[in-house]
Amino acid sequence: MSGWEPVIGIEVHVELLTSSKMFCGCAVGFGEDPNTSICPVCLALPGSLPVTNQTAIEWITAIGLALGCSISGRSVFHRKNYFYADLPKNYQISQFDLPVCHDGHLDVDVDGEEVRIGIERAHMEEDTGKSRHVGDGGRIHGAEATLLDFNRAGVPLVEIVSRPDIRSAAQARAYAQELRSVIAELGVSDARMEEGSIRFDANVSVRPVGAGALGTKVEVKNMNSFRSLERAVDFEIQRQIEVLDAGGTLTQETRHWDEEAGRTQTMRVKEGSSDYRYFTDPDLLPLVLDDEWVESIALLTPELPADRRRRYVADGLQPQAATVLAAAEADIRLLYDSAVEAGGPPTGVANWVTGEITAALRRLEIDPAASSLDGQSVAELVTLVDDGDVSASAAKEVLAGVLAGEGSPRAVAESRDLLQISDAGAIEGIVDTVLAENPEAVERYRSGEEKVVGFLVGAVMRESGGKADPKLANELIRRRLEG
Amino acid sequence: MTSPDLTIAEAGRRLQSGELEAVSLAEAVLNRASLTEADLHCYLTLDREGALAAAAASDERRRRGESRGPLDGIPVALKDNMCTRGTETTAGSQILSGWVSPYDAHVVELLRTAGAVIMGKTNLDEFAMGSSTENSAYGPTRNPWDPEMVPGGSSGGSAAAVAVGSALGSFGSDTGGSIRQPASLCGVVGLKPTYGRVSRYGLIAFASSLDQIGPMARTVEDAAILLEGVWGYDPRDSTSLDVDYPDLRVTMNRGIEGLRVGVLGELGGEGYEDPVESAVADTVEALASAGAEVVDISVPTAEVALSAYYLIAPAEASANLARYDGVRYGARSGGDTTEEMMARTRAAGFGPEVIRRILLGTYALSAGYYDAFYGQAQRVRTRLLAELEDAYRKVDVLVSPTSPTVAFELGERTADPLAMYLSDVCTVPSNLSGHPAISVPVGVDERGLPIGFQVMAPALGEEMMFAVAAEVERLAGFSATPARSQTA
Repeated sequence: MSGWEPVIGIEVHVELLTSSKMFCGCAVGFGEDPNTSICPVCLALPGSLPVTNQTAIEWITAIGLALGCSISGRSVFHRKNYFYADLPKNYQISQFDLPVCHDGHLDVDVDGEEVRIGIERAHMEEDTGKSRHVGDGGRIHGAEATLLDFNRAGVPLVEIVSRPDIRSAAQARAYAQELRSVIAELGVSDARMEEGSIRFDANVSVRPVGAGALGTKVEVKNMNSFRSLERAVDFEIQRQIEVLDAGGTLTQETRHWDEEAGRTQTMRVKEGSSDYRYFTDPDLLPLVLDDEWVESIALLTPELPADRRRRYVADGLQPQAATVLAAAEADIRLLYDSAVEAGGPPTGVANWVTGEITAALRRLEIDPAASSLDGQSVAELVTLVDDGDVSASAAKEVLAGVLAGEGSPRAVAESRDLLQISDAGAIEGIVDTVLAENPEAVERYRSGEEKVVGFLVGAVMRESGGKADPKLANELIRRRLEG
Repeated sequence: MTSPDLTIAEAGRRLQSGELEAVSLAEAVLNRASLTEADLHCYLTLDREGALAAAAASDERRRRGESRGPLDGIPVALKDNMCTRGTETTAGSQILSGWVSPYDAHVVELLRTAGAVIMGKTNLDEFAMGSSTENSAYGPTRNPWDPEMVPGGSSGGSAAAVAVGSALGSFGSDTGGSIRQPASLCGVVGLKPTYGRVSRYGLIAFASSLDQIGPMARTVEDAAILLEGVWGYDPRDSTSLDVDYPDLRVTMNRGIEGLRVGVLGELGGEGYEDPVESAVADTVEALASAGAEVVDISVPTAEVALSAYYLIAPAEASANLARYDGVRYGARSGGDTTEEMMARTRAAGFGPEVIRRILLGTYALSAGYYDAFYGQAQRVRTRLLAELEDAYRKVDVLVSPTSPTVAFELGERTADPLAMYLSDVCTVPSNLSGHPAISVPVGVDERGLPIGFQVMAPALGEEMMFAVAAEVERLAGFSATPARSQTA
């Protein structure tokens, strides 16, 4: 990639999971029979009129606030005019120069490094229906017929447009994942890529390193996983660089990502910019969102992944651990919070809740909220391990006991006889016995064969019935042999 | 007096007292229609069965003492751009030929609930685009006062039906004058309420920011009865007004003593027929004698309102009519691709005036032209509104002719769209401002063709507008009826 800098912007479409559509009362949902969730409004029958779904406006406001956007006190719906069979009115109600949300950002963690990606705008619009071409392999050309399903027509759609701040395929993926987790956290969408309820398109260009002007932009579509998004962007960057390095020029176009072939292909070439003849939709009044109302939405906004990550790092976690914990299920995160509050060491608690505890709960199919594990017991368990009172492997057994309802971690460790001997006096006695029983090992150590200590520690562990703290035993053996 | 010529108020009294039955009233109106339809063609759909069934149900309710009020049993007609379940709704277009709406427009729901007897659907210029009803895909309507003349438009069928007695009252829609101008040309009362007073839900859109449904009737009182039957807040129309709706019949007779009447100077002069100007001047003088204070008012932007209107309305129409593509309903022409099917459907389904306006509107909104056309027209609209609001600080109502001319001959203006567009010059300002305006017949010209007088009022000023209209009606004493209904 030497000499070239990729410039990437991402457009995201999020289908909101409101109970009804954006401008009518039809139910929003997946998987019903075709054309069963339709009415005069979303079918654009003559005389029908749109009425704005207030919940969708609350939700896009929450999304905007989560993305650090300014919320427009007054915003306007426009008609975006184009003819397409799956667009019932042959115009889409969308927003143009006055979107609900503008000028925000998303902080993204890329391999432990935080990158800030600007958000230009987030606006409200409606989804289209779906076309299915019958005959000749489902392609539009040569199809015998096109079937239309309008269940999706009019579903609330939020379009989030990033600034061209993304510089690599990895950043593009991290941005998409972070954005998806914000949407999921807000609970406003299924946010499932494979279902199309969250869709990512990438605008990719490259320019000579240090250049100010942007290169020719190519829009890449049809990525249905984060991996394919990263691959598609990566492919497109390489393709553009190859063309330019070979002295060629790029065409402004839309390219389709072919997952199987692992390449992008020309979908349609833009001849100038499309003229959508935007104008204010006279059927809808401007949206007036006063500060007090926006404030009330802000109060309902949950803590978002980036904020959580920062809080965890402030607790003392390593960035990697903070990222893992921030992405964990809510119940697991709550367990961390209450364990730390109960005095548990943050790093150990984080490792345990995201590792062994999550695994055990899954294995046993226990709902975290319904388990006998609480912050107090997690703190106690982790402290037992950190203090050397139970070994790491014994701790798993303690956890199993706690989950089985046998009592607190200490009580389980005692009743199952899992406490380590970490009393130096008691271990010293065993060490003396072992050294006396293994004179040749002692001799080998003294002649410089240090690794024999491992054998001696093993002997101490056996002698103690596995309960001696191995670290302490190691220390005492060395001290005795040196002394 | 034969019953089809009764006023709604009088018919209501007789129905209530039992001296008249809704079924016999409906039969009389249907009889009048059967005598006049061949000549006039007011209706696209005349729903005999539906009307008689509704009338019978009304009589049955009255016998049980369950009358639903002043519209129960009253035969009314609806412009064919209001969706009605069970009968065709075509908007006067080939593209909706045979289309039956699965739902009732808000006004239709209200009328059915009020017990009104819906006679059928009246003729109109295709998609309400026109001023003569000659743009109907189903042939023109003729003026009951002289069948060589147009009834005006686009609600020509609704106006002519009321004038001739094939309905006691009717409803039209007014985007640039489409109720008031045909009311004027047919010698009936017609009004456009404040934008947002009557729900547009189920009204086939022409230009959404301008369209308003309103009544047409033989008297101002009847117009009030009809309006009160259909106005009110409707959450299904986002532009519907959640405000107080006054009791017009109580307030309309309060008189005009001390009322300030502004004569809008820009609406007169060249292009205005002498009989029209003198009838309007006589009416203004009569108002002054009756105690009104008459003031000359200038609203300079009214001069260019028509130009702004003919950019804004087509622009909105170009999007509103995009849905007629043959995909989901209505007529469809074949094609090898979806695009070709859509293009052929639209080329075959729309008439020349509709196509002209779609092209005008598409052009006005196009990149590079938007600011000079649509954008500029919006600025004119804003300025006109400001000037009118300023005028209403000086006067209570503004008055003018409703139309610069009386009814003109069929075919006279069809070859010259601009001449046709000038028919709306007096009515368009109230659409752009969203204000209410009413046309009241005040006389006839030397050929016996009716002349309408327009009273305009500020937003939500219907009470005052009706009070002035009632006084104009009383002062003018207009009682002529068209020759057609006398012979029929």
